[in-house]
Amino acid sequence: MKRLSTTGILVLVFALVAAACGSGGTTTTAASGTTGASTEPFKVAMVAPSAVTDLAFSQSMYDALLAVQQEMGGESAMEIAYSDNLFVVDDAAAAIRDYADEGYDLVIAHGSQFGSSLQEIAPNYPDTSFAWGTAGETYGQPNIFAYEAASEEGGYVEGVMAAALSTSGVLGVIGPIEVGDAARYVNGFKAGAEAQSSTIDIKVNYTGSFSDTALAATAANTEIAAGADVLTGTAQMVTGAIGVAKGDNIPWFGTQADQTQLAPSIVVASQVYHWEVVIRQIIDLMNQGTMGAQSFVINLANGGEAIAYNPDYALPDDVKQLAVDTIKGISDGSINPPRPAAGS
Amino acid sequence: MSEFFSAAALVTTIGAGIRYATSYLYAAIGETFGQRSGVLNLGVDGIMLLGAFGAYYVVLKTGDLWLALFVAAVVGLIMGLAMAFASVTLQAEQGISGIGFYLFGLGMSDLLFQKLVGTPLPISGFPELHIPWLSDLPIVGELLFSHSLLVYGAFLLVPIGTYVLNNTTIGLKIRSAGENPAAVDTLGVSVARVRYGTVMFGSMLAAIGGAALTTELGIFQQNLTAGQGFIAVALVYFGAWKPVGVMYGALLYGLVTSVVSQLKTLGIIPRSVSDLASMLPAVITILALVIAVQRERQPAALTKPYERGG
Repeated sequence: MKRLSTTGILVLVFALVAAACGSGGTTTTAASGTTGASTEPFKVAMVAPSAVTDLAFSQSMYDALLAVQQEMGGESAMEIAYSDNLFVVDDAAAAIRDYADEGYDLVIAHGSQFGSSLQEIAPNYPDTSFAWGTAGETYGQPNIFAYEAASEEGGYVEGVMAAALSTSGVLGVIGPIEVGDAARYVNGFKAGAEAQSSTIDIKVNYTGSFSDTALAATAANTEIAAGADVLTGTAQMVTGAIGVAKGDNIPWFGTQADQTQLAPSIVVASQVYHWEVVIRQIIDLMNQGTMGAQSFVINLANGGEAIAYNPDYALPDDVKQLAVDTIKGISDGSINPPRPAAGS
Repeated sequence: MSEFFSAAALVTTIGAGIRYATSYLYAAIGETFGQRSGVLNLGVDGIMLLGAFGAYYVVLKTGDLWLALFVAAVVGLIMGLAMAFASVTLQAEQGISGIGFYLFGLGMSDLLFQKLVGTPLPISGFPELHIPWLSDLPIVGELLFSHSLLVYGAFLLVPIGTYVLNNTTIGLKIRSAGENPAAVDTLGVSVARVRYGTVMFGSMLAAIGGAALTTELGIFQQNLTAGQGFIAVALVYFGAWKPVGVMYGALLYGLVTSVVSQLKTLGIIPRSVSDLASMLPAVITILALVIAVQRERQPAALTKPYERGG
């Protein structure tokens, strides 16, 4: 009995500590009513699977919210709360419910894994708008918005540049699992590279994990051994691959956020998401009384996607011009990157 | 297929496998000492994460890799002390308390990273060590003698660990504490002291394994180890509680991982079965484990707390 109680106390203590510091941080970045105005600020909450400082998926949305907050007049006009690192879907669902209970106007579930939770939760909170992505499905609910990124467009532009920079004629791509945003980016990159060079050889390695950094590093090593002299990759585990690329002085193309700071010497350019294009439209619709049932796509034409060049990388002028021309072609419809099949 | 058998591809694949095995080897050799004395530490992964963050933070702030290793070692010793207090003094059920330590390490390393660093910033690790003559050998030099100091350190632990366990008085005490603690006690040797020592030493090596990982990758992020500590515990069973066996296990796991990665890169494993192939290292380890466990007997007092007269 003595042993049992000791074990019980230990488990309890560790469970509490772990729960307190391991299951995601919750932060609110506004002091409402600081202006003394009678109008309440617009309240937005965001639930994210990884850290809002991940230089990838979660940070792209958090940065967008901060940008819109700035446009609207700061914290007195828009209140932002977030819970990040919620990689456990049940924990995320609990956070989504909490924010809806607390009266947030818009709750963003930033992860394609949160869709089914939202489908269950949204009908219980008809006065709250929900948004989720990356996906195009609103489940026929009047208070669910959906958003996705045409990541194949930026991928295509980067593929064109990568093929132009390569001297070996071999490119390496590191992906997590062949689904969603990652698959769209990789397919776009391949199509762009093949459009630039008919003889280009593209080695694609889906590691099977979004988080295994060491495995991504191993994949990068094997691709370099296979002759790749330009690399790219998508998802948060690519930091391991970028480290390898840096060590071997191999140019790197990023996506989802500007990855220049991870390796200023080798990052050529990054596809950056500007979700503020979507957030602005959602807020406008809500102001007009529309609570959901619409989906949005960010792309190069609407400014939701952009290519951020690393100013410290000596990109040849002709390659830069190729990128500019490709962006123009995709925006005006004369170049068509491969789109995902409907329903995929 | 012929691409895979080119000298350059083979050298890279094997070299990557050796590097991949390094952090596992540190953690698994340390765990071997603990288990040989009768203590199962399932918190290895959490301790690796704390050691990794400690080392990462020190390199980020000072650039001093040796100080980073020292800090990781101290973090490991402190965690080992706490683990030993729970499992030896409080006699807590070792599996459950180990999971608690894992969750603590996972959460605390992420919390510290978020509060002290925030966004992933790159660091530089130990450079490749050039060994005169040996590093210049064709193929073999690139394969075996073009790694960083921490890789050699991990493999050096194998003969040292084997010698200490089999040929020294302290090794005899460790083995005896894991087989028949009552007999050790009657000879006037403190079982608790031996177990405190092995758990702290093992945790120190786990934390250094985490430091090896973060410096090799040049980055830290949430859950950097991605479960490596749990594989390390399995490797101890795989290696039949012997450092050499553990090394074979770590190399097998590392090599299978890098071979699968190479086969995917070359398109030899089709993308349609790519995700299934990712499970191959774990599947092979489980199969080998099943065979090994049937062949070898674990330390008789493993996971059993010792209470004098109990």
